[in-house]
Amino acid sequence: MNDVLEALINVGVLASAIRIATPLLLAALGEMVTERAGILNLGIEGTITVSAFGSFVVADKADSLWLGVVSGVGAGILLSLLMAVLVSSIKVEQVVAGLALNLFGIGMAFYLFRAVYPQTGSEMPRSDTFDHAEIPLLSDIPAVGEVVFSQHWLTYAAIGCCPLLWWTLNRTQFGLELRSVGNNPAACDMRGINVTGMQYLALMFGGLMAGLAGAFLSVFLSGLFFVDVAAGRGWIALAIVIFGNWRIGRILAGSLFFGYLDAYQLSLQARGVDVPHQLLLALPFALTIAALVVNRRRSHEPLHLGVPYFRGER
Amino acid sequence: MNGPGADSVLLQARGVTKRFPGVVANDDITLEVHRARVHCLLGENGAGKSTLADLFYGVHEPDEGVVELRGEPIHMVSPRDAIAAGIGMVRQHFELVTPMSVLENVVIGTRGEAKVDLRAARERLGELCDLYGVEMDLDTPVGDLAVGQQQWVEILKALYLGCEVLILDEPTAVLTPEGIERLFATLRRMASEGLTIVLITHKLHEVMEISDDVTVLRRGRVVRTSLTSEVTMADLTRMMVGRDVDLAIDVAETSRGDLVLDVSGLDVATESGRGSLKQVSLQVHEREILGIAGVSGNGQDALFDVLVGMSSADGGRILVDAKDVAELSPADRLEIGIASVPADRIHQGLMMDFRISENLILGRQRSGRYRRRGWLNQTSIAKFADESVTDFEIAAPSPAHVTRVLSGGNLQKIVMARELAGQPRLLIVHQPTRGLDIGATEYVRRRLVEERDRGAAILLISEDLDELLNLSSRIAVMFDGRIVGEVDRRDATIDRIGMWMAGVSGVPGEALA
Repeated sequence: MNDVLEALINVGVLASAIRIATPLLLAALGEMVTERAGILNLGIEGTITVSAFGSFVVADKADSLWLGVVSGVGAGILLSLLMAVLVSSIKVEQVVAGLALNLFGIGMAFYLFRAVYPQTGSEMPRSDTFDHAEIPLLSDIPAVGEVVFSQHWLTYAAIGCCPLLWWTLNRTQFGLELRSVGNNPAACDMRGINVTGMQYLALMFGGLMAGLAGAFLSVFLSGLFFVDVAAGRGWIALAIVIFGNWRIGRILAGSLFFGYLDAYQLSLQARGVDVPHQLLLALPFALTIAALVVNRRRSHEPLHLGVPYFRGER
Repeated sequence: MNGPGADSVLLQARGVTKRFPGVVANDDITLEVHRARVHCLLGENGAGKSTLADLFYGVHEPDEGVVELRGEPIHMVSPRDAIAAGIGMVRQHFELVTPMSVLENVVIGTRGEAKVDLRAARERLGELCDLYGVEMDLDTPVGDLAVGQQQWVEILKALYLGCEVLILDEPTAVLTPEGIERLFATLRRMASEGLTIVLITHKLHEVMEISDDVTVLRRGRVVRTSLTSEVTMADLTRMMVGRDVDLAIDVAETSRGDLVLDVSGLDVATESGRGSLKQVSLQVHEREILGIAGVSGNGQDALFDVLVGMSSADGGRILVDAKDVAELSPADRLEIGIASVPADRIHQGLMMDFRISENLILGRQRSGRYRRRGWLNQTSIAKFADESVTDFEIAAPSPAHVTRVLSGGNLQKIVMARELAGQPRLLIVHQPTRGLDIGATEYVRRRLVEERDRGAAILLISEDLDELLNLSSRIAVMFDGRIVGEVDRRDATIDRIGMWMAGVSGVPGEALA
């Protein structure tokens, strides 16, 4: 029982909570922007997988971690462009397109992985990984230094992205118009705003962020690629957007909290504590449903989310 | 008033044709709109007015012909081009981002700095409001405003962009008589200050009241353009429908029978508080039409929903033939003879992708008449469908056809045929002729009177005052969820009802004193 309690505030657990939260935060921020423009992209899980592979294979073969990140991001944007063509130009049902994107992305990534690494031995190919970016002085602070100031540079970037994104969405003409597109595309169209263009941009930003999330999983965390590398993180990111009621502050908090839950359950497993960790794994989704109920009256869900826009339809 | 000279032509259509699958919406339209004048486009529903407006605003591109501005052809592929050229438009259905504030709605689509300069925008908007005497809190979410206010937001949006031509599509549909007066006064003032106004309407008296020029459209073609001062309402009617019509059908007085619907102290709360019902009481008898007047959004939707069983009351009683029906489901209410025609026939009345015959029995599929040993009885359904199509003059290739392809008038006839089939004891109709052309309107009204004469009790909720004054035995007026006045048809005047609709209770003379 002591283990169960001690793990709650263990420094290692807290540090890994922030690490685990990073890809969740990246993907959720991207998805939030996409949804603000009215597009529900259910394909993030697949996008993350493809990007993780893209980063991994380039990092390994070209022997450059930075090139790895760039190609992971490129793969994410490419896949989201495919989504954009489907849902914004051809106006396919968004749920169907998103699910198809997942199947396609995961299948494609695994196929390419096998094509590049045909050997099936027990030895998994490994790439380099980024080192932790320890911030001078600050990282020497006991406990806090290890938890907060010895993370990857991408973790800092993800958190730094939050105020930047908030300002863009709430203080710029572009942000105002992006949010408007998700609420009433017809109104925007009648004001001369290019609805399709906006949705392309929003999806590409979502792809970029999911791409970073994928890169984080392969070339920051593990140096490995495997089919289940995303392990449901794309779905949790979707849940976080709902849990966070489409607001950046709450999405940040939600990502950290869900990251913490995951880190906690991992450490319990590692300690061999006999607690059903599946329950903790399911908790994010249960909490999301609870948040939906609580936010029912004050939901910030974009009014036109998931509905294809046709000019002049009755 | 004299006609304008040729040099004052601002906006012009030359031989414009626009086709949609199966229809020619605009057929070789040529017309000139002169600077600083109010130009009405008059026509029935489906005459092509809104399509023409959309062509002027770049929503659609003409298949043939050109639109010219200041004598130069302009090629528009999107409203962006129209806005850049100085054309503004307020559509019939508002295009507002409801969760956002008035200010934000106005700023959307303005090409400004990267950073939104809300302060400068607020200042300019304030000046516009002052100039035209509009009172509005710029920080209120647009969704919280009344419909009349929302319309001013739309107008402000167009003016803010500095338009030279302002097109308004059926702007009076959502306004009280008083609101219409105010709008028209403002429009006149705008025209006198040099703004050119194109006003789309199907209401003759509006044309006579406000316009300098009028173009009548029928079936996608221009019938004639004239100076309003040179035509009469009778001329316009003839041009509009191609024949003489008197929409006011002959409604004989009847003596009412027993009490059928008895509603007392009805309360229905809504989440936002808008459109709720407060202590509503009303009675409808056999062989009687009770008309409910009111500007939309004053509780009519809640009244309809609670009477047909789509929502439940928070207080009060609903008695039908002295039996409490409050706990009955919509299906149960149908069973005891309560039929209803919803305002939104496309979303609430019909399954657009079903066959016509299927829509004709929607909700009756369990009745023994259409069911045999658990299966649908196709023979009796087909027979009923054939009868209905003939009886109600539904213009359709066959009852097996998909419903979506039909016009609004025919859609409404399907709903009417279905609801009247069981000879209902109580009929609740909501906006039965909204959006219908004159022929269909006449038909629907005649059918309602026939039902009354058969013995049905009818509750007619409508926003069309002419309709209510024509058909109703009594008229009650709703404002802010209450019945604020009730009057016998013989004593009803537009003025009196208009005052009630605006929320002034009592008799007009007293209220003003």
